[in-house]
Amino acid sequence: MSILVVAEHDNSSVKASALVAIAAAQAIGGDIEVLIAGAGCAAAGETAAKVAGVNKVLVADNDAYSHDLAENIAALIVEIGSNYSHILSATTASGKNFMPRVAALLDVAQISDISGVVSEDTFERPIYAGNAIATVQSTDSIKVLTVRGTAFDPAAADGGSATIENLDIAKDEGLSSWDKEEIAELERPELTAASIIISGGRGMQNGENFALLESVADKLGAAIGASRAAVDAGFVPNDMQVGQTGKIVAPDLYIAVGISGAIQHLAGMKDSKVIVAINKDEDAPIFQVADYGLVADLFKAVPELDALL
Amino acid sequence: MKVLVAVKRVVDYNVNIRVLGDNTGVDLNNVKMSVNPFDEIAIEEAVRLKEAGTAEEVIVVSVGASACQEQIRTALALGADRGILVETEEEVQPLAIAKVLKAIVDKEQAQIIITGKQAIDGDNSQTGQMLAALAGLSQATFASELQVGDGTATVTREVDAGLETITVKLPTIITTDLRLNEPRYASLPNIMKAKKKTIDTFTPEDLGVDVTPTVKTLKVTPPSARQAGIIVESVEELVDKLKNEAKVIS
Repeated sequence: MSILVVAEHDNSSVKASALVAIAAAQAIGGDIEVLIAGAGCAAAGETAAKVAGVNKVLVADNDAYSHDLAENIAALIVEIGSNYSHILSATTASGKNFMPRVAALLDVAQISDISGVVSEDTFERPIYAGNAIATVQSTDSIKVLTVRGTAFDPAAADGGSATIENLDIAKDEGLSSWDKEEIAELERPELTAASIIISGGRGMQNGENFALLESVADKLGAAIGASRAAVDAGFVPNDMQVGQTGKIVAPDLYIAVGISGAIQHLAGMKDSKVIVAINKDEDAPIFQVADYGLVADLFKAVPELDALL
Repeated sequence: MKVLVAVKRVVDYNVNIRVLGDNTGVDLNNVKMSVNPFDEIAIEEAVRLKEAGTAEEVIVVSVGASACQEQIRTALALGADRGILVETEEEVQPLAIAKVLKAIVDKEQAQIIITGKQAIDGDNSQTGQMLAALAGLSQATFASELQVGDGTATVTREVDAGLETITVKLPTIITTDLRLNEPRYASLPNIMKAKKKTIDTFTPEDLGVDVTPTVKTLKVTPPSARQAGIIVESVEELVDKLKNEAKVIS
Protein backbone atom coordinates (compact mmCIF):
# COMPACT_ATOMS: atom_id res chain seq x y z
CA MET A 1 0.00 0.00 0.00
CA SER A 2 1.42 3.33 -1.06
CA ILE A 3 0.25 6.72 0.19
CA LEU A 4 0.78 10.08 -1.50
CA VAL A 5 0.90 13.22 0.63
CA VAL A 6 0.66 16.50 -1.27
CA ALA A 7 2.73 18.86 0.87
CA GLU A 8 2.25 22.60 1.13
CA HIS A 9 5.55 24.48 1.20
CA ASP A 10 7.07 27.95 0.74
CA ASN A 11 9.72 26.74 -1.72
CA SER A 12 12.33 26.47 1.02
CA SER A 13 10.63 24.19 3.54
CA VAL A 14 7.44 22.19 4.07
CA LYS A 15 4.72 23.78 6.19
CA ALA A 16 3.62 22.46 9.57
CA SER A 17 0.26 21.47 8.09
CA ALA A 18 2.08 19.07 5.73
CA LEU A 19 3.80 17.40 8.70
CA VAL A 20 0.36 16.79 10.19
CA ALA A 21 -0.84 15.24 6.92
CA ILE A 22 2.26 12.99 6.91
CA ALA A 23 1.43 11.97 10.49
CA ALA A 24 -2.07 10.98 9.34
CA ALA A 25 -0.49 8.91 6.56
CA GLN A 26 1.65 7.16 9.18
CA ALA A 27 -1.50 6.38 11.16
CA ILE A 28 -2.98 4.73 8.05
CA GLY A 29 0.25 2.80 7.47
CA GLY A 30 2.15 2.05 4.26
CA ASP A 31 4.92 3.50 2.10
CA ILE A 32 4.70 7.28 2.21
CA GLU A 33 5.58 9.43 -0.78
CA VAL A 34 5.47 13.23 -0.62
CA LEU A 35 4.72 15.43 -3.62
CA ILE A 36 6.30 18.88 -3.71
CA ALA A 37 4.88 20.87 -6.61
CA GLY A 38 5.94 24.44 -7.31
CA ALA A 39 8.34 26.65 -9.21
CA GLY A 40 11.84 26.74 -7.74
CA CYS A 41 10.89 24.28 -5.01
CA ALA A 42 13.93 21.97 -4.97
CA ALA A 43 14.97 23.15 -1.49
CA ALA A 44 11.52 22.30 -0.12
CA GLY A 45 11.97 18.83 -1.62
CA GLU A 46 15.18 18.41 0.34
CA THR A 47 13.50 19.35 3.64
CA ALA A 48 10.65 16.93 2.86
CA ALA A 49 13.20 14.13 2.37
CA LYS A 50 14.38 14.63 5.96
CA VAL A 51 10.91 14.20 7.47
CA ALA A 52 10.72 11.03 9.58
CA GLY A 53 8.78 8.20 7.94
CA VAL A 54 8.87 9.49 4.37
CA ASN A 55 10.11 6.93 1.80
CA LYS A 56 10.23 9.02 -1.33
CA VAL A 57 9.84 12.66 -2.35
CA LEU A 58 8.54 13.58 -5.79
CA VAL A 59 9.50 17.07 -6.93
CA ALA A 60 7.49 18.66 -9.75
CA ASP A 61 9.32 21.91 -10.43
CA ASN A 62 7.52 23.85 -13.16
CA ASP A 63 6.12 27.34 -13.68
CA ALA A 64 2.65 25.81 -14.11
CA TYR A 65 2.65 25.00 -10.37
CA SER A 66 3.97 28.34 -9.09
CA HIS A 67 0.80 29.64 -7.42
CA ASP A 68 -1.07 26.46 -6.53
CA LEU A 69 -3.61 26.99 -9.32
CA ALA A 70 -6.09 24.19 -8.66
CA GLU A 71 -6.57 23.17 -12.31
CA ASN A 72 -2.84 22.57 -12.88
CA ILE A 73 -2.01 20.96 -9.53
CA ALA A 74 -5.02 18.63 -9.78
CA ALA A 75 -4.02 17.56 -13.30
CA LEU A 76 -0.53 16.73 -12.04
CA ILE A 77 -1.79 14.70 -9.08
CA VAL A 78 -4.29 12.81 -11.22
CA GLU A 79 -1.49 11.90 -13.66
CA ILE A 80 0.33 9.98 -10.90
CA GLY A 81 -2.66 9.34 -8.60
CA SER A 82 -3.64 5.84 -9.70
CA ASN A 83 -0.38 4.49 -8.21
CA TYR A 84 -1.67 5.09 -4.71
CA SER A 85 -4.21 3.71 -2.26
CA HIS A 86 -4.57 7.06 -0.48
CA ILE A 87 -3.95 10.68 -1.47
CA LEU A 88 -3.75 13.17 1.40
CA SER A 89 -3.28 16.87 1.91
CA ALA A 90 -3.86 19.23 4.81
CA THR A 91 -7.21 21.00 5.14
CA THR A 92 -5.75 24.38 4.15
CA ALA A 93 -7.15 26.94 1.69
CA SER A 94 -4.89 25.38 -0.93
CA GLY A 95 -5.69 21.74 -0.15
CA LYS A 96 -9.42 22.48 0.00
CA ASN A 97 -9.12 24.10 -3.43
CA PHE A 98 -7.47 21.33 -5.46
CA MET A 99 -8.23 18.06 -3.62
CA PRO A 100 -11.95 17.77 -4.52
CA ARG A 101 -10.90 18.38 -8.11
CA VAL A 102 -8.46 15.45 -7.83
CA ALA A 103 -11.15 13.23 -6.33
CA ALA A 104 -13.72 14.04 -9.03
CA LEU A 105 -11.20 13.46 -11.83
CA LEU A 106 -10.41 10.05 -10.30
CA ASP A 107 -14.18 9.45 -9.93
CA VAL A 108 -13.91 8.81 -6.20
CA ALA A 109 -15.33 10.53 -3.13
CA GLN A 110 -13.29 12.83 -0.95
CA ILE A 111 -13.40 12.57 2.81
CA SER A 112 -12.81 16.10 4.09
CA ASP A 113 -11.01 17.22 7.20
CA ILE A 114 -10.40 13.86 8.88
CA SER A 115 -9.75 14.10 12.61
CA GLY A 116 -9.00 10.42 13.18
CA VAL A 117 -7.94 7.22 11.41
CA VAL A 118 -9.89 4.12 12.46
CA SER A 119 -8.54 1.82 9.75
CA GLU A 120 -7.26 2.11 6.20
CA ASP A 121 -10.78 2.75 4.88
CA THR A 122 -12.55 4.22 7.93
CA PHE A 123 -12.08 7.71 9.26
CA GLU A 124 -13.54 10.17 11.75
CA ARG A 125 -14.46 13.70 10.76
CA PRO A 126 -16.33 16.59 12.37
CA ILE A 127 -19.68 17.64 10.89
CA TYR A 128 -22.08 20.45 11.82
CA ALA A 129 -19.21 22.73 12.86
CA GLY A 130 -17.78 20.09 15.16
CA ASN A 131 -21.06 19.52 17.00
CA ALA A 132 -21.01 15.89 15.88
CA ILE A 133 -18.29 13.45 14.85
CA ALA A 134 -19.06 11.10 11.96
CA THR A 135 -17.25 7.80 11.48
CA VAL A 136 -17.30 7.07 7.75
CA GLN A 137 -16.12 4.19 5.61
CA SER A 138 -15.10 4.54 1.97
CA THR A 139 -15.54 1.78 -0.60
CA ASP A 140 -13.56 3.68 -3.27
CA SER A 141 -10.35 2.15 -4.63
CA ILE A 142 -8.44 5.38 -3.93
CA LYS A 143 -9.14 7.32 -0.76
CA VAL A 144 -8.78 11.07 -1.20
CA LEU A 145 -8.50 12.71 2.23
CA THR A 146 -7.86 16.15 3.68
CA VAL A 147 -6.47 16.21 7.20
CA ARG A 148 -7.49 18.55 10.00
CA GLY A 149 -4.42 20.55 11.01
CA THR A 150 -4.94 20.06 14.74
CA ALA A 151 -5.86 16.37 14.77
CA PHE A 152 -2.47 14.63 14.66
CA ASP A 153 0.88 15.42 16.23
CA PRO A 154 3.10 16.56 13.35
CA ALA A 155 5.67 14.12 11.97
CA ALA A 156 9.24 14.90 13.06
CA ALA A 157 10.90 17.27 10.59
CA ASP A 158 14.22 15.42 11.00
CA GLY A 159 15.41 11.86 11.04
CA GLY A 160 14.32 10.71 7.60
CA SER A 161 16.41 10.10 4.50
CA ALA A 162 13.99 9.67 1.62
CA THR A 163 15.06 9.41 -2.01
CA ILE A 164 14.19 12.38 -4.22
CA GLU A 165 12.79 11.89 -7.70
CA ASN A 166 12.19 14.74 -10.12
CA LEU A 167 8.92 14.54 -12.03
CA ASP A 168 9.10 15.93 -15.53
CA ILE A 169 5.37 16.53 -15.88
CA ALA A 170 4.14 19.96 -17.00
CA LYS A 171 0.39 20.38 -16.76
CA ASP A 172 -0.73 23.85 -17.71
CA GLU A 173 -4.46 23.56 -18.33
CA GLY A 174 -4.63 27.21 -19.43
CA LEU A 175 -7.88 27.81 -17.54
CA SER A 176 -6.71 30.29 -14.95
CA SER A 177 -3.86 32.64 -14.15
CA TRP A 178 -2.57 34.26 -11.00
CA ASP A 179 -2.57 38.05 -10.84
CA LYS A 180 -1.53 39.27 -7.40
CA GLU A 181 -1.81 38.78 -3.69
CA GLU A 182 -2.30 40.92 -0.62
CA ILE A 183 -0.58 39.10 2.15
CA ALA A 184 -0.45 40.61 5.61
CA GLU A 185 3.15 41.12 6.74
CA LEU A 186 3.54 38.85 9.72
CA GLU A 187 5.61 40.09 12.62
CA ARG A 188 4.19 37.30 14.73
CA PRO A 189 3.79 33.51 14.36
CA GLU A 190 1.17 32.20 11.94
CA LEU A 191 -2.15 31.43 13.63
CA THR A 192 -2.14 27.77 12.66
CA ALA A 193 1.46 27.26 13.81
CA ALA A 194 1.48 29.37 17.01
CA SER A 195 1.78 27.72 20.42
CA ILE A 196 0.02 30.66 22.08
CA ILE A 197 -2.87 32.67 20.60
CA ILE A 198 -4.65 35.69 22.00
CA SER A 199 -7.93 36.51 20.25
CA GLY A 200 -10.29 39.45 20.45
CA GLY A 201 -14.02 39.53 19.88
CA ARG A 202 -16.80 42.06 19.57
CA GLY A 203 -15.97 43.22 23.10
CA MET A 204 -12.83 44.89 21.73
CA GLN A 205 -15.19 47.60 20.40
CA ASN A 206 -12.92 48.70 17.54
CA GLY A 207 -9.77 47.84 15.57
CA GLU A 208 -7.51 50.28 17.43
CA ASN A 209 -8.13 48.45 20.69
CA PHE A 210 -6.45 45.34 19.27
CA ALA A 211 -3.21 47.20 20.12
CA LEU A 212 -3.90 46.08 23.72
CA LEU A 213 -3.61 42.46 22.58
CA GLU A 214 -0.51 43.16 20.49
CA SER A 215 1.52 44.17 23.51
CA VAL A 216 0.58 40.96 25.36
CA ALA A 217 1.19 38.90 22.22
CA ASP A 218 4.69 40.35 21.85
CA LYS A 219 5.58 39.35 25.40
CA LEU A 220 4.23 35.82 24.98
CA GLY A 221 5.43 35.26 21.40
CA ALA A 222 1.77 34.74 20.55
CA ALA A 223 -0.26 35.05 17.36
CA ILE A 224 -3.33 37.31 17.33
CA GLY A 225 -6.72 35.98 16.28
CA ALA A 226 -10.27 37.26 16.19
CA SER A 227 -13.83 36.01 16.32
CA ARG A 228 -16.10 36.25 13.30
CA ALA A 229 -18.05 38.98 15.11
CA ALA A 230 -14.90 41.12 15.28
CA VAL A 231 -14.14 40.46 11.60
CA ASP A 232 -17.71 41.14 10.48
CA ALA A 233 -17.69 44.39 12.46
CA GLY A 234 -14.65 45.43 10.42
CA PHE A 235 -12.22 45.59 13.38
CA VAL A 236 -9.60 43.33 11.75
CA PRO A 237 -9.07 41.47 8.45
CA ASN A 238 -10.58 38.07 7.79
CA ASP A 239 -7.25 36.21 7.75
CA MET A 240 -7.27 36.63 11.54
CA GLN A 241 -10.58 34.79 11.94
CA VAL A 242 -10.64 31.69 14.15
CA GLY A 243 -13.71 29.48 13.78
CA GLN A 244 -15.74 27.22 11.55
CA THR A 245 -15.48 29.69 8.67
CA GLY A 246 -11.96 30.81 9.56
CA LYS A 247 -8.91 28.98 10.82
CA ILE A 248 -8.97 25.89 13.02
CA VAL A 249 -6.35 26.17 15.75
CA ALA A 250 -5.21 24.13 18.73
CA PRO A 251 -2.40 25.97 20.51
CA ASP A 252 -1.03 25.14 23.97
CA LEU A 253 -2.67 28.31 25.27
CA TYR A 254 -5.66 30.17 23.81
CA ILE A 255 -6.68 33.45 25.43
CA ALA A 256 -10.16 34.63 24.39
CA VAL A 257 -10.71 38.31 25.15
CA GLY A 258 -14.16 39.85 24.82
CA ILE A 259 -15.39 36.77 22.94
CA SER A 260 -18.81 35.42 23.89
CA GLY A 261 -18.13 31.93 22.54
CA ALA A 262 -20.54 31.39 19.65
CA ILE A 263 -20.66 27.78 18.40
CA GLN A 264 -18.92 28.77 15.21
CA HIS A 265 -15.97 30.24 17.16
CA LEU A 266 -15.72 27.28 19.55
CA ALA A 267 -15.55 24.99 16.52
CA GLY A 268 -12.23 26.61 15.63
CA MET A 269 -10.45 26.59 19.00
CA LYS A 270 -11.93 24.09 21.43
CA ASP A 271 -9.11 21.58 20.90
CA SER A 272 -6.65 24.05 22.43
CA LYS A 273 -4.79 22.55 25.41
CA VAL A 274 -5.50 25.40 27.83
CA ILE A 275 -8.23 27.98 27.26
CA VAL A 276 -8.45 31.29 29.11
CA ALA A 277 -11.53 33.51 28.80
CA ILE A 278 -11.70 37.15 29.82
CA ASN A 279 -15.21 38.54 29.54
CA LYS A 280 -17.32 40.87 31.62
CA ASP A 281 -20.47 38.78 31.04
CA GLU A 282 -20.31 35.89 33.49
CA ASP A 283 -22.98 34.00 31.49
CA ALA A 284 -20.96 34.04 28.26
CA PRO A 285 -20.78 30.50 26.80
CA ILE A 286 -17.00 30.82 26.42
CA PHE A 287 -16.71 30.13 30.18
CA GLN A 288 -18.17 26.64 29.64
CA VAL A 289 -15.07 25.60 27.69
CA ALA A 290 -12.48 27.72 29.50
CA ASP A 291 -9.99 26.17 31.90
CA TYR A 292 -9.52 29.55 33.52
CA GLY A 293 -12.19 32.20 33.38
CA LEU A 294 -11.85 35.79 34.50
CA VAL A 295 -15.03 37.84 34.79
CA ALA A 296 -13.69 41.34 34.26
CA ASP A 297 -13.69 44.39 32.03
CA LEU A 298 -11.09 43.58 29.38
CA PHE A 299 -9.97 47.21 29.22
CA LYS A 300 -8.75 46.86 32.82
CA ALA A 301 -7.74 43.20 32.80
CA VAL A 302 -5.63 43.14 29.63
CA PRO A 303 -3.35 46.07 30.62
CA GLU A 304 -2.96 44.41 34.04
CA LEU A 305 -2.04 41.14 32.37
CA ASP A 306 0.40 43.01 30.16
CA ALA A 307 2.05 44.57 33.20
CA LEU A 308 2.41 41.22 34.99
CA LEU A 309 4.11 39.40 32.11
CA MET B 1 -25.31 35.07 -20.29
CA LYS B 2 -26.96 32.59 -18.00
CA VAL B 3 -25.92 32.27 -14.38
CA LEU B 4 -26.65 29.05 -12.51
CA VAL B 5 -26.80 29.01 -8.72
CA ALA B 6 -26.71 25.74 -6.78
CA VAL B 7 -28.35 25.81 -3.34
CA LYS B 8 -28.62 23.25 -0.57
CA ARG B 9 -31.37 22.75 2.01
CA VAL B 10 -29.66 22.49 5.41
CA VAL B 11 -30.47 22.71 9.10
CA ASP B 12 -30.78 26.41 9.95
CA TYR B 13 -27.58 27.86 11.37
CA ASN B 14 -29.33 28.91 14.60
CA VAL B 15 -30.40 25.36 15.49
CA ASN B 16 -28.51 23.57 18.22
CA ILE B 17 -27.52 20.21 16.81
CA ARG B 18 -28.45 17.12 18.82
CA VAL B 19 -26.94 13.73 18.06
CA LEU B 20 -29.50 10.88 18.08
CA GLY B 21 -29.30 8.44 20.98
CA ASP B 22 -28.72 5.48 18.66
CA ASN B 23 -25.76 7.28 17.01
CA THR B 24 -27.23 7.02 13.50
CA GLY B 25 -27.15 10.75 12.82
CA VAL B 26 -28.40 14.09 14.11
CA ASP B 27 -32.00 14.82 15.04
CA LEU B 28 -33.76 16.39 12.04
CA ASN B 29 -37.32 16.06 13.39
CA ASN B 30 -39.18 19.38 13.57
CA VAL B 31 -35.95 21.24 12.96
CA LYS B 32 -36.01 24.50 10.99
CA MET B 33 -34.47 24.08 7.54
CA SER B 34 -33.02 26.94 5.49
CA VAL B 35 -30.91 27.79 2.48
CA ASN B 36 -27.25 27.10 3.28
CA PRO B 37 -25.92 30.57 4.30
CA PHE B 38 -23.05 30.48 1.78
CA ASP B 39 -25.57 29.65 -0.97
CA GLU B 40 -27.60 32.74 0.01
CA ILE B 41 -24.49 34.75 -0.79
CA ALA B 42 -24.31 32.92 -4.14
CA ILE B 43 -27.93 33.84 -4.93
CA GLU B 44 -27.27 37.48 -4.03
CA GLU B 45 -24.19 37.64 -6.26
CA ALA B 46 -26.08 36.14 -9.20
CA VAL B 47 -29.00 38.56 -8.77
CA ARG B 48 -26.53 41.47 -8.65
CA LEU B 49 -25.00 40.25 -11.93
CA LYS B 50 -28.46 40.38 -13.44
CA GLU B 51 -29.18 43.83 -12.01
CA ALA B 52 -25.86 45.05 -13.44
CA GLY B 53 -26.89 43.78 -16.88
CA THR B 54 -24.11 41.16 -16.99
CA ALA B 55 -26.49 38.21 -16.70
CA GLU B 56 -29.74 37.78 -18.61
CA GLU B 57 -31.13 34.93 -16.58
CA VAL B 58 -30.51 33.47 -13.13
CA ILE B 59 -31.42 29.81 -12.70
CA VAL B 60 -31.41 28.18 -9.28
CA VAL B 61 -30.93 24.44 -8.87
CA SER B 62 -31.15 22.16 -5.85
CA VAL B 63 -30.63 18.43 -5.49
CA GLY B 64 -32.52 16.44 -2.87
CA ALA B 65 -35.95 15.64 -1.50
CA SER B 66 -39.10 17.41 -2.75
CA ALA B 67 -38.97 19.71 0.28
CA CYS B 68 -35.99 21.46 -1.39
CA GLN B 69 -38.67 23.34 -3.36
CA GLU B 70 -38.97 25.64 -0.32
CA GLN B 71 -35.33 26.71 -0.68
CA ILE B 72 -35.74 27.13 -4.45
CA ARG B 73 -38.78 29.37 -3.80
CA THR B 74 -36.67 31.42 -1.38
CA ALA B 75 -34.10 31.95 -4.14
CA LEU B 76 -36.86 32.87 -6.60
CA ALA B 77 -38.19 35.42 -4.11
CA LEU B 78 -34.70 36.90 -3.88
CA GLY B 79 -34.61 37.46 -7.63
CA ALA B 80 -33.74 34.22 -9.44
CA ASP B 81 -35.83 33.73 -12.61
CA ARG B 82 -36.61 30.01 -12.56
CA GLY B 83 -35.81 26.88 -10.62
CA ILE B 84 -34.74 23.32 -11.22
CA LEU B 85 -35.21 20.56 -8.65
CA VAL B 86 -33.39 17.30 -9.18
CA GLU B 87 -35.47 15.16 -6.90
CA THR B 88 -34.25 12.10 -5.05
CA GLU B 89 -35.00 10.64 -1.65
CA GLU B 90 -31.54 9.00 -1.55
CA GLU B 91 -28.68 10.49 0.42
CA VAL B 92 -26.70 12.45 -2.17
CA GLN B 93 -23.00 12.95 -1.55
CA PRO B 94 -20.87 15.74 -3.06
CA LEU B 95 -19.54 13.75 -6.04
CA ALA B 96 -23.09 12.69 -6.99
CA ILE B 97 -24.36 16.26 -6.63
CA ALA B 98 -21.49 17.47 -8.82
CA LYS B 99 -22.44 14.89 -11.48
CA VAL B 100 -26.06 16.03 -11.40
CA LEU B 101 -25.00 19.69 -11.63
CA LYS B 102 -22.70 18.87 -14.55
CA ALA B 103 -25.72 17.50 -16.43
CA ILE B 104 -27.66 20.71 -15.68
CA VAL B 105 -24.71 22.90 -16.74
CA ASP B 106 -24.52 20.98 -20.04
CA LYS B 107 -28.25 21.41 -20.56
CA GLU B 108 -28.42 25.11 -19.71
CA GLN B 109 -25.01 26.20 -21.04
CA ALA B 110 -24.53 28.57 -18.10
CA GLN B 111 -21.42 30.76 -18.27
CA ILE B 112 -21.07 31.34 -14.55
CA ILE B 113 -22.01 28.81 -11.89
CA ILE B 114 -22.02 30.09 -8.30
CA THR B 115 -22.43 28.07 -5.13
CA GLY B 116 -21.41 28.28 -1.47
CA LYS B 117 -17.88 27.38 -0.45
CA GLN B 118 -19.27 24.76 1.91
CA ALA B 119 -22.57 23.59 3.34
CA ILE B 120 -22.91 24.01 7.08
CA ASP B 121 -24.21 20.47 7.64
CA GLY B 122 -21.52 18.22 6.17
CA ASP B 123 -18.80 20.93 6.09
CA ASN B 124 -17.31 19.13 3.06
CA SER B 125 -16.36 22.04 0.79
CA GLN B 126 -16.24 19.82 -2.30
CA THR B 127 -19.18 20.29 -4.65
CA GLY B 128 -18.05 23.39 -6.59
CA GLN B 129 -14.54 22.08 -7.16
CA MET B 130 -15.84 18.66 -8.21
CA LEU B 131 -18.28 20.23 -10.67
CA ALA B 132 -15.44 22.28 -12.18
CA ALA B 133 -13.36 19.12 -12.56
CA LEU B 134 -16.15 17.07 -14.17
CA ALA B 135 -17.10 19.89 -16.56
CA GLY B 136 -13.43 20.58 -17.40
CA LEU B 137 -13.89 24.20 -16.33
CA SER B 138 -11.90 26.71 -14.32
CA GLN B 139 -12.67 27.33 -10.67
CA ALA B 140 -12.41 30.26 -8.29
CA THR B 141 -13.12 29.13 -4.74
CA PHE B 142 -13.63 31.16 -1.54
CA ALA B 143 -14.39 34.32 -3.53
CA SER B 144 -14.62 37.69 -1.77
CA GLU B 145 -14.85 39.82 -4.94
CA LEU B 146 -16.00 39.04 -8.47
CA GLN B 147 -15.61 41.09 -11.63
CA VAL B 148 -16.85 39.67 -14.88
CA GLY B 149 -14.99 40.71 -18.02
CA ASP B 150 -15.04 39.66 -21.65
CA GLY B 151 -14.72 35.87 -21.62
CA THR B 152 -12.99 35.96 -18.24
CA ALA B 153 -13.70 36.72 -14.62
CA THR B 154 -11.31 38.28 -12.12
CA VAL B 155 -11.81 36.90 -8.66
CA THR B 156 -10.29 37.85 -5.32
CA ARG B 157 -10.00 34.76 -3.13
CA GLU B 158 -9.61 34.36 0.61
CA VAL B 159 -6.51 32.27 1.27
CA ASP B 160 -4.78 31.38 4.55
CA ALA B 161 -2.37 34.31 4.55
CA GLY B 162 -4.68 37.00 3.13
CA LEU B 163 -6.12 37.57 -0.32
CA GLU B 164 -5.10 36.57 -3.82
CA THR B 165 -6.52 37.60 -7.16
CA ILE B 166 -6.80 35.23 -10.11
CA THR B 167 -8.28 35.46 -13.58
CA VAL B 168 -10.34 32.51 -14.81
CA LYS B 169 -11.72 31.70 -18.24
CA LEU B 170 -15.50 31.52 -18.67
CA PRO B 171 -17.43 29.36 -18.21
CA THR B 172 -16.31 29.09 -14.60
CA ILE B 173 -17.40 27.83 -11.21
CA ILE B 174 -17.24 30.27 -8.31
CA THR B 175 -17.66 29.37 -4.65
CA THR B 176 -18.57 32.14 -2.24
CA ASP B 177 -16.88 33.24 0.95
CA LEU B 178 -18.57 35.39 3.59
CA ARG B 179 -17.30 38.74 2.43
CA LEU B 180 -18.50 38.52 -1.17
CA ASN B 181 -21.70 40.43 -0.35
CA GLU B 182 -24.47 40.84 2.21
CA PRO B 183 -27.59 39.03 1.04
CA ARG B 184 -30.82 41.00 0.91
CA TYR B 185 -34.13 39.99 2.47
CA ALA B 186 -37.04 38.98 0.26
CA SER B 187 -39.85 41.53 0.09
CA LEU B 188 -43.47 40.39 0.41
CA PRO B 189 -44.38 41.31 -3.20
CA ASN B 190 -41.37 39.33 -4.41
CA ILE B 191 -42.36 36.34 -2.28
CA MET B 192 -45.81 36.46 -3.93
CA LYS B 193 -44.27 36.81 -7.40
CA ALA B 194 -41.96 33.87 -6.73
CA LYS B 195 -44.98 31.57 -6.36
CA LYS B 196 -45.70 32.05 -10.07
CA LYS B 197 -42.19 31.28 -11.25
CA THR B 198 -41.47 27.89 -12.83
CA ILE B 199 -39.69 25.01 -11.11
CA ASP B 200 -38.82 22.13 -13.43
CA THR B 201 -38.34 18.77 -11.78
CA PHE B 202 -36.07 15.95 -12.93
CA THR B 203 -34.76 12.80 -11.33
CA PRO B 204 -31.07 11.81 -11.39
CA GLU B 205 -32.12 8.94 -13.72
CA ASP B 206 -33.61 11.47 -16.19
CA LEU B 207 -30.16 13.04 -16.31
CA GLY B 208 -28.37 9.68 -16.56
CA VAL B 209 -26.60 10.08 -13.22
CA ASP B 210 -26.05 7.28 -10.70
CA VAL B 211 -26.15 8.86 -7.23
CA THR B 212 -25.33 5.73 -5.22
CA PRO B 213 -23.06 6.81 -2.31
CA THR B 214 -19.58 5.30 -1.95
CA VAL B 215 -19.03 6.58 1.55
CA LYS B 216 -21.01 4.94 4.34
CA THR B 217 -21.64 6.65 7.67
CA LEU B 218 -21.06 4.00 10.34
CA LYS B 219 -21.98 6.18 13.30
CA VAL B 220 -22.39 9.75 14.48
CA THR B 221 -21.37 10.64 18.02
CA PRO B 222 -21.27 13.82 20.08
CA PRO B 223 -17.82 15.42 20.32
CA SER B 224 -15.87 14.73 23.50
CA ALA B 225 -17.06 17.34 25.95
CA ARG B 226 -14.63 19.80 27.37
CA GLN B 227 -14.85 20.18 31.13
CA ALA B 228 -15.49 23.67 32.37
CA GLY B 229 -12.61 24.89 34.50
CA ILE B 230 -12.49 27.43 37.28
CA ILE B 231 -13.22 31.12 37.61
CA VAL B 232 -10.21 33.05 38.87
CA GLU B 233 -10.69 36.18 40.94
CA SER B 234 -7.89 38.36 39.63
CA VAL B 235 -5.34 38.81 36.88
CA GLU B 236 -2.60 37.92 39.41
CA GLU B 237 -4.29 34.59 40.13
CA LEU B 238 -4.68 33.94 36.39
CA VAL B 239 -0.99 34.53 35.68
CA ASP B 240 -0.05 32.38 38.67
CA LYS B 241 -2.23 29.49 37.43
CA LEU B 242 -0.85 29.75 33.90
CA LYS B 243 2.73 29.70 35.19
CA ASN B 244 2.54 27.19 38.01
CA GLU B 245 -0.49 24.97 37.38
CA ALA B 246 -0.95 24.81 33.60
CA LYS B 247 2.72 25.61 32.95
CA VAL B 248 1.95 27.16 29.57
CA ILE B 249 3.83 30.41 30.13
CA SER B 250 7.12 31.06 31.89
